[in-house]
Amino acid sequence: MRKKLLSTAAIAASAALVLSACSPSSTEEGGESGGSETAAGGETVRIGIKFDQPGLGFREGNSDPTGFDVDVAKYVAGELGYTEDQIEWVQTPSANRENALEGGEVDMIFATYSITDERAQRVGFAGPYFVAGQDLLVRADDSEITGPEDLEGKNLCSVTGSTSAQKIKDEFASGVNLVEQGGYAECVTYLESGQVDAVTTDDIILAGLAATPENSGKFTVVGNPFTVERYGVGIPKGDEQCQAINDAITKMKDEGAWEKALTANTEGTGYTPDDELNSGPEAEMESCEA
Amino acid sequence: MNGFLELFADYDIFGAFWMNIRLTLLAAVGSFVLGTVLAIFRISPVGSLRGIGTAYVNTIRNTPLTIIMVLGVLAVWGQLKIEFFQDFDLNFFTYAVIALSLYHASFVCEAIRSGVNTVPLGQAEAARAIGLSFLPAARLVVLPQALRGAVTPLGNTLIALTKNTTVAAAASVAEASGLMKSMIEFNPDLMIYIFLTIAIGFCIIVIPMGILTTWLSDKLAVAR
Amino acid sequence: MSAQTSVLFDAPGPKARRNILISNAIALAVVLVVVILVLMQLDRQDQLAPDKWVNALNGNAWANYYLPGLQFTLQSSGIAVVTALVFGLVFGFLRLAPFAIIRGISGVIVEFFRAVPVLVMMFFLYFFFSRVVAPTGLIASADAAYYGVIVGLTVYNGAVIAELVRSGVKSLPKGQREAAAAVGMTGNQSLRLVEVPQALTAMLPSLLSQFVVILKDSALGYLIGFYELLQYSRQLGSGYSNILQTLVVAALIFIVINFILTWLATKLAGTLSSRTGGDTAPATSTTMVSTIEVAK
Repeated sequence: MRKKLLSTAAIAASAALVLSACSPSSTEEGGESGGSETAAGGETVRIGIKFDQPGLGFREGNSDPTGFDVDVAKYVAGELGYTEDQIEWVQTPSANRENALEGGEVDMIFATYSITDERAQRVGFAGPYFVAGQDLLVRADDSEITGPEDLEGKNLCSVTGSTSAQKIKDEFASGVNLVEQGGYAECVTYLESGQVDAVTTDDIILAGLAATPENSGKFTVVGNPFTVERYGVGIPKGDEQCQAINDAITKMKDEGAWEKALTANTEGTGYTPDDELNSGPEAEMESCEA
Repeated sequence: MNGFLELFADYDIFGAFWMNIRLTLLAAVGSFVLGTVLAIFRISPVGSLRGIGTAYVNTIRNTPLTIIMVLGVLAVWGQLKIEFFQDFDLNFFTYAVIALSLYHASFVCEAIRSGVNTVPLGQAEAARAIGLSFLPAARLVVLPQALRGAVTPLGNTLIALTKNTTVAAAASVAEASGLMKSMIEFNPDLMIYIFLTIAIGFCIIVIPMGILTTWLSDKLAVAR
Repeated sequence: MSAQTSVLFDAPGPKARRNILISNAIALAVVLVVVILVLMQLDRQDQLAPDKWVNALNGNAWANYYLPGLQFTLQSSGIAVVTALVFGLVFGFLRLAPFAIIRGISGVIVEFFRAVPVLVMMFFLYFFFSRVVAPTGLIASADAAYYGVIVGLTVYNGAVIAELVRSGVKSLPKGQREAAAAVGMTGNQSLRLVEVPQALTAMLPSLLSQFVVILKDSALGYLIGFYELLQYSRQLGSGYSNILQTLVVAALIFIVINFILTWLATKLAGTLSSRTGGDTAPATSTTMVSTIEVAK
């Protein structure tokens, strides 16, 4: 029996080995060459982005990622002294962002990451590099809906677990019909087929969805944001690069590269970022004094 | 443990479980009816009906419920625009019931077919000998005995159905597993207690079902 | 099958044959009409547009989405099959242990894992791995969903297998145990060398079917953000606004793989029943229809 137990233990141990050897994070690009050890060999910077958010952060396989978050990330990394080849892109879904920073799996995060007090207790923030606001996406031929108040009795789509839809229900239109789905892509198909009248989340995310070649011209962003979401650069708490990142973002805005990246990624949606928000006090950089 | 009791006030835990129970009851009826029809199809003399029954069971049984649930809402509601109720909550509840019924009907069908196996050949032969044609023979002689012999697999299907009602979370239905998810998200410190609350809730519903199944299958077994 | 089903009804005469032919035609027509109506509505919604399907089926879709997704679906379920088997064997043994207290405790554990829905288990494990385990540095937080899926599948299916082992041993003829005792084996030896191996052979088809269950349940990982086939298909659909098409492709991939596995299980059951004299499958000669019970 003891021998049997030993061999069972051996099987379990080797299973555990297989388990960790081919886990999703270790089979990602760069993982196998030890690229995550920043000190060894060519220094790389690991940047967390979304892989499934067209217009902000989107990536297919090992190709170059695209989107506004990516463009800002490239610019900032360039200012910090990294070439594009030295950037290692890491996927950081919403639920995983604080963990990835705390666990040292990424150096910076550019992933529609709103600065909130709750998050700031666990991670540091530089920026904001963009000030978004919760808004509505409607069909291009729909002129009836101009703000959240018009949603009374209408059908609205949002993603499961997001607070944005609940906010509309609580504050603007209690009689709204709400469907929650796994992602915004589902919501957009319902908007197109007419089953819902509006999709809600941050304006720039909506603009990115509407700007994909397949959706171009079909939807518009209402342009009446009713919350303030300051997208920051997530960094480990107390990271000394904070000020350098702030300076890089300021420079990007001054140079006009910021504006260019934004227009390129939201073309054809009639979307212009809220000027008031993006030059007002909300766009003021976070203090880097920890 | 701090704040654990407040959770019961902040979240409608019983309401969420009640949703799972309602899904179970309605889908149990739906899948039983559809499953019985399919089983009759599969043993019927008409080749096309047998083909439909076999194709249905083999396809549905091999598809993850998650996909059926997601595609049901995405394709049937989103594109075919079949709407049962104006009210979204009621509409997606109906969708979840239908998806659960369609999925479990294939298992009910197979359970009944395995029950048909327990009926001795002589029964069917006797039914034919007294001049009953297929449907009366199936309805009056074979199926009543087959159902009694199929209590165990039917009970197992009911238990699986009860647990699978959690997948309705994918169809925008507010039930216990989705509630647990948001409870843990907002109260990560109480993770273990929240999980145990929901898990024990399911144990309370499911374990008696298993005991009842065993008891019924003994009680209803046809003495041969 | 035709030879067996015919027991339920008389061989059709000329009139019945005509009726059957007519009902076949009607059934076919009904199916066709439904299919055409669905296709027409999809076409109205522009869901049959060629580029939506091309983008869901081209080289990019397979290389960057379906194949990586399939890899993680198969990998997580493959690992879960092995770990569930180990879990099942260990707890199956414990439930047959000579000490009542061990039998009781392992019984409670097995019943608990069998009663809790896999999705509830996965939600919890996902949070557990990402909030409790990942901060210790033991696993990368990006892998929390992956481990959540594997462990969730392991404990549930392990509990099912433990029950299969226990009932398999219990259903063996008493003579096996007595014979083992007669040649001087201890209870433990008899269990390990005589009873469980026989129960396992009889279980093989059920185990293969359990693999189908595990494969299907791995799709639940989609709901906790695990990047498996379904999630990758969603991601592809987000990029090209063809999520309906990509999910249909994912569903077809699942169906084909599971169909093959189910077919293998049926085959295996046939082979085993001929080898062990009909103990492992319903004896087909005395039944009206042949089935293979797929465990859930």
